[in-house]
Amino acid sequence: MKKVIALILAALFCVSCFALTACNGDKDGDVIKIGVFEPASGSNGAGGKQETLGIQYANSVCPTIELNGKTYKVELEIVDNQSDDSKGVTAAADLVNKGVSVVLGSYGSSVSIAASPTFEDAGLAAIGVTCTNEQVTAGNSHYFRVCFLDPFQGKALANLAWDMGVKKAFTLAETGNAYDLGLAQSFKTAFEALGGTVVANNFPSGTADFSSYVATAKSEGAGVLFAPTSLTYAQLIVQTAAAQGVEFPLMAGDTWDSNVILEAAKGTSLNINVTTFYQEGANKEFDEGFKAWINGSEINKTNNGGNDIISAVSAMGYDAYFVALEAIKKAGSADRAAIKAALPGVEYTGVTGLIKFNATGDADRTVAYVKKVNTTTGLWDFVKEQGVN
Amino acid sequence: MDYLLPGISAGGQYALIAIGYTLVYGILRLINFAHGDVFMVAGLMMVYATTYMPLYVSIPLVLILTAVLGFGIERAAYKPLRSSPRMSVMISAIGVSYLLQNLALYITGGLAKVYPTIKFLSETITIFGSTTRRVTVITPILVLVLVVALVLVIRYTKIGMAMRAVSKDFTTSQLMGIRINTVISATFVIGSFLAAVGSVLYFSNYPSVVPTSGAMPGLRAFVAAVVGGIGSIPGAVVGAFIVGICESLIKGIPEISIFSDAFTFLLLIVILCVKPTGIFGEKNIDKV
Amino acid sequence: MKKNNTSKSRLSLYCNLGALLLAFILVLVIDATHNPTDMLVKVLQKVCVYAVVAVSMNLLNGFTGLFSLGQAGFMLLGAYTCAIFIIPDEVRGQVYGYIEGGSIVHVRLPLIVAILLGGLVAALFAFLIGLPVLKLKSDYLAIATLGFAEIVRTIVTWEKLGPVTNGSFPLSKLNTFRKALEGTPFEKFSLVTPYFLIAGICIAVIVLIIRSTYGRAFKAIRDDEIAAEAMGINLAHHKRLSFVTSSFFAGIGGALFAIFQASVSAAPFTSAMTYEILLIVVIGGIGSITGSVLGSFLFIASSEWWLRGLDSGKFLGISSPVFRNGFRLVVFSVIIMIFVLFFRKGIMGTKEFDVVKIGGFFKKLFTETVPGWLKKIKHKEAADQ
Repeated sequence: MKKVIALILAALFCVSCFALTACNGDKDGDVIKIGVFEPASGSNGAGGKQETLGIQYANSVCPTIELNGKTYKVELEIVDNQSDDSKGVTAAADLVNKGVSVVLGSYGSSVSIAASPTFEDAGLAAIGVTCTNEQVTAGNSHYFRVCFLDPFQGKALANLAWDMGVKKAFTLAETGNAYDLGLAQSFKTAFEALGGTVVANNFPSGTADFSSYVATAKSEGAGVLFAPTSLTYAQLIVQTAAAQGVEFPLMAGDTWDSNVILEAAKGTSLNINVTTFYQEGANKEFDEGFKAWINGSEINKTNNGGNDIISAVSAMGYDAYFVALEAIKKAGSADRAAIKAALPGVEYTGVTGLIKFNATGDADRTVAYVKKVNTTTGLWDFVKEQGVN
Repeated sequence: MDYLLPGISAGGQYALIAIGYTLVYGILRLINFAHGDVFMVAGLMMVYATTYMPLYVSIPLVLILTAVLGFGIERAAYKPLRSSPRMSVMISAIGVSYLLQNLALYITGGLAKVYPTIKFLSETITIFGSTTRRVTVITPILVLVLVVALVLVIRYTKIGMAMRAVSKDFTTSQLMGIRINTVISATFVIGSFLAAVGSVLYFSNYPSVVPTSGAMPGLRAFVAAVVGGIGSIPGAVVGAFIVGICESLIKGIPEISIFSDAFTFLLLIVILCVKPTGIFGEKNIDKV
Repeated sequence: MKKNNTSKSRLSLYCNLGALLLAFILVLVIDATHNPTDMLVKVLQKVCVYAVVAVSMNLLNGFTGLFSLGQAGFMLLGAYTCAIFIIPDEVRGQVYGYIEGGSIVHVRLPLIVAILLGGLVAALFAFLIGLPVLKLKSDYLAIATLGFAEIVRTIVTWEKLGPVTNGSFPLSKLNTFRKALEGTPFEKFSLVTPYFLIAGICIAVIVLIIRSTYGRAFKAIRDDEIAAEAMGINLAHHKRLSFVTSSFFAGIGGALFAIFQASVSAAPFTSAMTYEILLIVVIGGIGSITGSVLGSFLFIASSEWWLRGLDSGKFLGISSPVFRNGFRLVVFSVIIMIFVLFFRKGIMGTKEFDVVKIGGFFKKLFTETVPGWLKKIKHKEAADQ
């Protein structure tokens, strides 16, 4: 019965999407390739997979595109950049050689930065989905991004902490990880500007034992533990905080918006807040369609972490795919240069809000969604939209 | 106390891994680089085993399977190289480590696996005013019991005597009629078994298994074995506690906390340069 | 006896030089005809980088018998030193954006100078760490150098060093050979050629060292330390020399690696990277320079290029659910284990690639074996269609 309902919903959603974006037409005809440059292994494997799922789902919803009266099939070329800078360079070259017209990705800023020159040389435009580091788009004309940036997110989180009445924050980041450190730094700058104090702490890669760090946060009398780490560490930090009976809230950025955190925090007494790109429930159609699609395949479900909770990165991936389609439509061809030229003018309202690029190539975002873990149901509770005034 | 407790607990877990290093090194003069990965595989097997069977079946099963794995690795990757130079055996060990990590990557699909909760071990308790999991307290006790048992085995049983003889002089003991392959296999079985026990304790405390989970604990345990004097079991235990506690204390100081791993290696280099035989090690005389 | 050999060895020297020249011309042709993002170009660039590092490791492990696992650490030193000095002035502020006060380095060096400097810094550190560490016996040395590499990796990301190393943030937007040669007559040959030339020179220097009296001393130490000492070889001096030289070239390799990526961060320089290089050396043959070069080529080309299909579900036209993420690495590690266990000497053993010696072998290959293969392939293609 469930399956039938799911199928009907999926079908309905497909129909609505067809109507919305007008991508009907028969399936044969020429092919346009979109490159998906995401990690499927390494420290960012989990997040990369969920982002890829969003893109794949978008592709399943809208697998064709109509250009000048002709219908093209849109194919995804997915490569694994292994969350590794040097492997990322050849993975990017692989995409270029497969003849993709535009690239989406990557989860993790440093891989995007490393692969950027390769895309530039090939005259390819790339759309960063959730890489929030400033350097990805700064100083070039080919990298775009649909999400907000670290300084924005850091400021939003600092405001959130300040609004909670916190005066002293403890930050925890992985050394050698540009995302962690960048966000921690932005948070620190913003929080200190508000009048708070920050104790910054870093841990070496590969750490499993966070008990000393949590203990320090406790003994320092911190009002909040801000840990913008990758998921592998996040899970351990949550468990350690739970074991030590931490009472102050935990906060993190978009990486923590994952069912991995929900699972780790379920049944504890922790207060975990994250800022993120998308709040489940904001777009019913997308939510239901995506869930049905995830539940329809065992592989998808495994890649999503074993359940059908929607991660914000999936929603972002979904939107990024449609931004790419818009650009292709605007360019009127699969030509790389034409798409690159068309992208700055693209305006698209996706499930995560309006996407419109500014001069650097970043989407202007004005709010971040704040979510909180409901430790009894193991789901996200929406808290508020956080601006940065 | 907040820093000492996790340090002691981590030290206990490193001790269980370190014994594996120390035993193998004592007999084969081989740094078994794959030992840390055996530890990780034990963690992964537990994750998969508990999805099919209850805990009281899966724990002993994993312990046995890990011992079998250690035995298998020795037979497949080290035994054929027994007469070749030490460097080739060490390279083979690195190769096995690479293989195990990549296999784990393939099977898990690169996602971190959540270690099953063993209720009894992960319950929260309060001791000396600091809150922690029960496993933190159990670890050092269990380690002591296991180590005493191991020392007794080595001192009083036939196979233990053989092990001591082989580590004293490989060729002579062979001449004396000791079945060297059996002794070596026994070493690997014991080492892997203890690593599996260590993995149950370790992952109960830090419940996330990734393919590289074994690398750092493995290296730290090796450092512990060297600090204590490689080849000596009490040495490995003492060394492990030193490494674990130091690491935990350093992590508590924000200014230098990122150097917790670097400190471990610094300790290694200093010990190697000042007293290469470690705290409890016997003096080795080079023979021409 | 020696006289007899001279003419023969001279012939083989000329032939080998000819082969090298041929390879160089091939590289020039590739550069002139390929796009900068072609897989072949990227792979060849990376091969050159790894070849330098693998040969440098071979000098230490294969020719001197010192089992060191610090290569990634020295590469990192070289990469960072080089990178710091080749960030274009106009983007320097932006790259160091997260660091208060920005970069304290305001010097920009030409690429070649920066690369050399990278090597020198690595060599300097090798000298310092070598003082205590080189006294250690084989496996202790391995673990101590491994530890050293980890320490270096942590120190580089230390926030107090931020104004120099940019802390944990990547040094990006680096100058590349292509940008440096833009507008010069060599513009067309800026893809693989510079890497090939630098790698070639480095390896040539290493070969010359190995053939010198120093090299013979190294080999003597490898074969029997005590005997070598009895023969009057200063052990400490020669070990240090080998260690410092090897690290110098590892540093240069690291610098090339930075230029290849056009960005550097400390994260990739883990012990896993050292293991990869070690496995390249093993595949090529411990004690064979050409083996290491060949090993680098096979390793990089297959792991980054040829076997990629194993990950994406389709390989050699066969699709199977087994071919999913990570399968490539599994196949790879199995191949390596096969080498380690059954072909212990690697592809080349301790022999060197010699055109004359294998000329006969190739003759046979091209007259008998290859046509046979081609026939088979043609049959298969016909069958597929």
